Amino acid sequence: MKQRTAWLLVLPMVGWLVFFYLLPLGAVALQSFHLVTPDYEIGKELTLENYRRAMNPDYYPVLLRSASYAAATTLACLVLGYPLAYFIALHGGRHKSLFLLLLMLPFWTSYLVRTYCWMTLLQTEGLINTVLFEPWLGRPLDMLATDGSVILGLTYGFLPFATLPISVALERIDRSLLEASADLGGSPLSTFLKVVLPLSRPGVIAATLLTFVPAMGDFVTPELLGGPSTITIGQAIQEQYLQLFDWPFGAALALLLMVLMLIGIALYLRLSGSERVLA
Amino acid sequence: MKRSFVLLVYTALVYLFLYAPVLVMALYSFNQDPRNAVWKGFTLQWYAKLMQDTEIQRALLNSLQVGLIATLAATVLGTMAALALTRYRFRMQAALSGLVFLPMVVPEVVMGTSLLAFLAAIGWKLSLSTIIVAHIAFCVSYVTITVRARLAGMDFRLEEAAADLGAGPWDTFRLVTLPRILPGVISGALLCLTISIDDFVVTFFTQGIGSGTLPIRIYSMVKTGITPEINAVSTLMLLTTFSLMLIYGRLGSGQEPSRAR
Repeated sequence: MKQRTAWLLVLPMVGWLVFFYLLPLGAVALQSFHLVTPDYEIGKELTLENYRRAMNPDYYPVLLRSASYAAATTLACLVLGYPLAYFIALHGGRHKSLFLLLLMLPFWTSYLVRTYCWMTLLQTEGLINTVLFEPWLGRPLDMLATDGSVILGLTYGFLPFATLPISVALERIDRSLLEASADLGGSPLSTFLKVVLPLSRPGVIAATLLTFVPAMGDFVTPELLGGPSTITIGQAIQEQYLQLFDWPFGAALALLLMVLMLIGIALYLRLSGSERVLA
Repeated sequence: MKRSFVLLVYTALVYLFLYAPVLVMALYSFNQDPRNAVWKGFTLQWYAKLMQDTEIQRALLNSLQVGLIATLAATVLGTMAALALTRYRFRMQAALSGLVFLPMVVPEVVMGTSLLAFLAAIGWKLSLSTIIVAHIAFCVSYVTITVRARLAGMDFRLEEAAADLGAGPWDTFRLVTLPRILPGVISGALLCLTISIDDFVVTFFTQGIGSGTLPIRIYSMVKTGITPEINAVSTLMLLTTFSLMLIYGRLGSGQEPSRAR
């Protein structure tokens, strides 16, 4: 009886994910083993040619660059977001919901708009150059189309998604544990390191995944804030689908990206000893 | 005392980092300079131009339709699943819990391209409906995870008491469980709406002709060059959000559950 209730509750979501996630991924996996025909149809014969092309050393720098952008972004988001989440959850007081509101508010505008904000700020004739660098350095700096501009844009884009799960995790910590730690002679620092930080780990792990995954595959930010030297794997995939119309090769690149990321995530979860947290 | 002051300053700086670019962008929507570079004087011309832009208006309507339908569906499906995964023990539970994280580990660009290939293969014409089903698919996980976080560690003895006292499953849910998890459900729905309205990548690959949402329209405008008209449409979006969130804040403040200390 209870089994049936549980299944009835969970089935609609599972069905949806199977039909609109697993089946499409399966379809893409199949396509990646075919070649594109000259008139942009999917060929009939099976081949590994797309993977051979994708494993070409030409693509290593692209993959490496995407991964380092994602790693730098995740680090920046945790450094900026953890203290913020800590402040909101533990010092927010009765204004807690206001702080959370302020965190989410700018992010109700499109991700694209926020990237665009930085585009206008960082451009050669932009505000930062006209009020900061031109008076001080005597010349504007080229800030767009650099690694820095892409990482900045990604960090700006994903900061709230990193902060929110951490603040949820911090908020769930039983305050009496903090008092107990203080009563037993723990300094504020050791209370933080030995009580707060370990208990907030599920939030930090969620924040890391919520930042790293979208940052790794992102193509909007490098497209708008980057340049020819900042091409990411997301841009390479998108180009195959929408500009070169070589869907099977795009599929091979996409699957490769996904497999690499799944391996990375599995390793991360294992090393941080947190399979049980997510299960 | 001193330490929390440092924390306060740090928090203020992070908020400044979050808000300054948006505020500058909004201010520049009133700027005469068409290159969006330096301040050249106040004007409303970009808003006037926007009022005549029928493509922007259609994109806005599409965005609202997609966001509301996807949020409603994903919130219901996600809350149901979260209840099942926390409240009950059943076979394959671990596998299904893992499935929920799928949208978080699959990069958006992979999901977008695979949906495009799948929809083409089954012959579903790209339109507003394909965008909506795609949005439900990635939103449902966020709702499930948010509500589960709320449910984790929750004491279900109240539910058992309600059942013992003769309440049916539906009454128990409506009168006991729902009020307790409502903050989680609302924040899940808000996160969902945020992500849906915000989404560019998956929408980019699942849109049909004329079904582009606001981010899609803005993207094609940005690609042709920086113009204050984009600042104007963004500012209007911002103001709408402000009012919506203020209403939400009003509604939400009364329902905040008292925290046991």
